[in-house]
Amino acid sequence: MNEFPIIPGGISCREVVELVTAFLDGALDRHDRARMEAHLELCPPCVEYVDQIRTTARVAAVAAVDLELHPDSAALLGAFKEFRDSR
Amino acid sequence: MGDVLIDPDHELLERLRAGDEDAFMTLVDRYGPLMLRIALTHVRTRAVAEEVVQESWLGVLQGLDRFEGRSSLKTWILRIVANRARTRGEREARSVPLSSLGPDLTEDEPAVDPDRFFGADHARYPGGWSVPPHSWARMPEERLLAAETLEQVRSAIAKLPARQQEVIVLRDVEGWEPEEVSEALDLTPGNQRVLLHRARSKVRADLEHYFEASTQ
Repeated sequence: MNEFPIIPGGISCREVVELVTAFLDGALDRHDRARMEAHLELCPPCVEYVDQIRTTARVAAVAAVDLELHPDSAALLGAFKEFRDSR
Repeated sequence: MGDVLIDPDHELLERLRAGDEDAFMTLVDRYGPLMLRIALTHVRTRAVAEEVVQESWLGVLQGLDRFEGRSSLKTWILRIVANRARTRGEREARSVPLSSLGPDLTEDEPAVDPDRFFGADHARYPGGWSVPPHSWARMPEERLLAAETLEQVRSAIAKLPARQQEVIVLRDVEGWEPEEVSEALDLTPGNQRVLLHRARSKVRADLEHYFEASTQ
């Protein structure tokens, strides 16, 4: 039998999904960054996972555009004038 | 952090100090929507969020003389609204202790359901995917950005704990740098990252469910 465990980069997929945010922020130390990169070279599902996290961030940004909220500016202007004139 | 750069709002700030209405309204246009969104992560209704925003602007105006420009005007304003909204939200909820980050940080929440990985004792793929994610790569952009998908993302974000919502809104919606978010929300860089990580992981998982349910 030629069965031995395969752990690309010395880091498991389960660990990769917990490090992805630090990885994308460039916040991993050199050692962990190298392990992540080595893992991603060899593991298409984790590459997909990292892409999905990036896509999620992008879709979140687009989703918010629909939600353009503007506070009641007439009330704010009134409050501003009142404040200014009270000084 | 960028302390040699001049705050992009520098000129507005000077005009605001001189009592210029237009400068005030420009800032309201620029930061009002974000302030309202942050307020809404903590309080339940639009009306209360509007009150929080208004109180926060008064806080800004009252604090102008003391503002020394050690952080950017944007970060400073955001810090004021986040603090007020949090206090107001806690008063509404009556239960959450002021200082704690609540269950957001203390509980161990895996980013992905552990059942989707082989155990650590698996002979061939310890900790490897047993149920890997389906690819989104071939998904057309129209589907990814369809109104229904966006609605799904908004509701996924709305379900997150308040601290996670704040961080994902600032980082991913507003595109702030990690350092700015830590500063505005009084978080250590590590906590800022944990909150973002949990938020993105959950929103991704929600999207995945949604795509799989709507493909079948």
